[in-house]
Amino acid sequence: MVAGYINRLDKGDEMRTHPFGTKISTDDIIGTLEFFDDWEDRYKYIIELGKELPEMPSECKTDDKLVAGCQSQVWIEYCYHQGRLQLNADSDAFIVNGLLAIVLAAYHDKTYQYIGDFNIQEYFSRLNLLQHLSPSRSNGLVSMVKRIQDIASAYQATQKVS
Amino acid sequence: MNNVMNNTMLANAVDDFDVTALRMDFPILDKKVGGKPLIYFDNAATTQKPESVIKAMDDYYRSMNANVHRAAHTLSAQATDAFERARRHVAAFINSPFMEEIIWVRGTTEAINLVAATWGRANIQAGDRILLTEMEHHSNIVPWQLLAKEKGAEIIVLSVTDAGELDLTNLDSLLDQRVKLVALTHASNALGTRNPLEQIIEKAHSVGAKVLVDGAQAVAHWDIDVQSLNCDFYAFSGHKMYGPTGIGVLWGRRELLEQMPPYQSGGEMIKRVSFSDTSFNDLPYKFEAGTPNIAGATGMDAAINYLGKIDRQAVSQYEAGLLEYAIRKAADIPGINRVGTAKDSASIFSFTLKGVHPSDVGTILNQQGIAVRDGHHCAQPLMDRLNIPGTIRASFAFYNTFDEIDQFVEGLVKARSLLC
Ligand SMILES: Cc1ncc(COP(=O)(O)O)c(C=O)c1O
Repeated sequence: MVAGYINRLDKGDEMRTHPFGTKISTDDIIGTLEFFDDWEDRYKYIIELGKELPEMPSECKTDDKLVAGCQSQVWIEYCYHQGRLQLNADSDAFIVNGLLAIVLAAYHDKTYQYIGDFNIQEYFSRLNLLQHLSPSRSNGLVSMVKRIQDIASAYQATQKVS
Repeated sequence: MNNVMNNTMLANAVDDFDVTALRMDFPILDKKVGGKPLIYFDNAATTQKPESVIKAMDDYYRSMNANVHRAAHTLSAQATDAFERARRHVAAFINSPFMEEIIWVRGTTEAINLVAATWGRANIQAGDRILLTEMEHHSNIVPWQLLAKEKGAEIIVLSVTDAGELDLTNLDSLLDQRVKLVALTHASNALGTRNPLEQIIEKAHSVGAKVLVDGAQAVAHWDIDVQSLNCDFYAFSGHKMYGPTGIGVLWGRRELLEQMPPYQSGGEMIKRVSFSDTSFNDLPYKFEAGTPNIAGATGMDAAINYLGKIDRQAVSQYEAGLLEYAIRKAADIPGINRVGTAKDSASIFSFTLKGVHPSDVGTILNQQGIAVRDGHHCAQPLMDRLNIPGTIRASFAFYNTFDEIDQFVEGLVKARSLLC
């Protein structure tokens, strides 16, 4: 199923643009979040990050892009461009959006190799946000990370075949 | 009710109720979350456990553990005694006329599934109808849907008003000879609404339908009397009434239970097994295949004993006072909209904050040590009816305090300033 998407969406220039994974790196986010010691500032910053994700028009929020979660919904768009995964995501909650931005900083515009090797647990742990990746949080973030990893490994599989 | 009376009632409820002493019975309430004292407002999901429940289960494993109803040895006899004593106490707790009407299950969900799989399979036929309500928890919807699909029966639904109450004006037109079962909740887990069961049960019986009551949200708050309710099945979970997880109860009328085919099969539920035939055990064991949750039953017994020692009337009043206070305090916050304004309600405050997703509010409250539930509360049809993705739900127990509600309201103000 995932492999089918890759062909259909292989047009990276049409991807909605956002700064995560290119202008804003994981190191930038780690650096900034480490700097705050007050939870309120941390969450303000996370909410601000979320606001930099372009809003997905509602007609684009189709079921095939939906990553279902119990508490909030997440939509994800992707394609490959020159061997690098292009990603965009949106959700109906502000904090989840911020967390999506943080995830995109890690995965957007990266090779499947990089995505496969990236330790998301350690990244969230350094951000002191690991609780959001716990299986008890049915907010779509965990499913989103899983979906991205699946997309990357499915792509990797197609590369090996050809 | 006028305001003066309200205030007096509230004041009395606070004054007479020694919440400080009660809180000491619940060890977890001392816990800190992220460095802040835990404020636990997720009691509709599961309640905390008093020391006596924890100790009963610990004692059971330390001094009594053996399998029940099997061996001649002393430990087994003691375990069996404790297990059956718990059943007797459950029977008294809900005023069941017969001890064998108490079937141990894992919880409300299993109780409902048991009835659907046994009574339902034997009694529901093509063309029959099952009446549910729009406010049911998924566990009182999906088992009936599966049964209806299997049998070619039809699910019909009693609707809910904007206030979150059952719309009883439709009841008469929905009830006719085709309706074989009415399955409804005693109280809504999402909104708190308490349903007028007696009236509905009487009408259901008048067309020959049986009535199953989902009591998951009721047992912690009110005295339950299955005889005066006059229902046919009553289901509830131990963990929502200060007891352990993994144990619950199905109560059913003896004559119905006797006619019903068994549920799961195996050991304990048989009288005599040969390869040509098996005869089944008597009630309640016919429905209790395999080794039961003995420790859970002893914990449940301790929970019932605990509830028996506190004045439940006072508890009800105190909890109503907490709800009233939360509603009044939160009303000052712009954008707060209470969802479900039923006159008769469990101590559940369900609400939305304008322009903000419930999950964001839940996350910010959690940062402040406040545990609430956000989302659809496993009642998606109800959320669809109310046209909202979900709510934020603060559900109170008698160990909660007015102080905690003040902090919760401050927490909401903070959430609003961060999110709006
Ligand atoms: C009204 C209602 N019915 C059924 C259930 C299911 O209970 P359990 O998960 O204990 O089986 C719940 C629990 O959330 C509930 O609130």
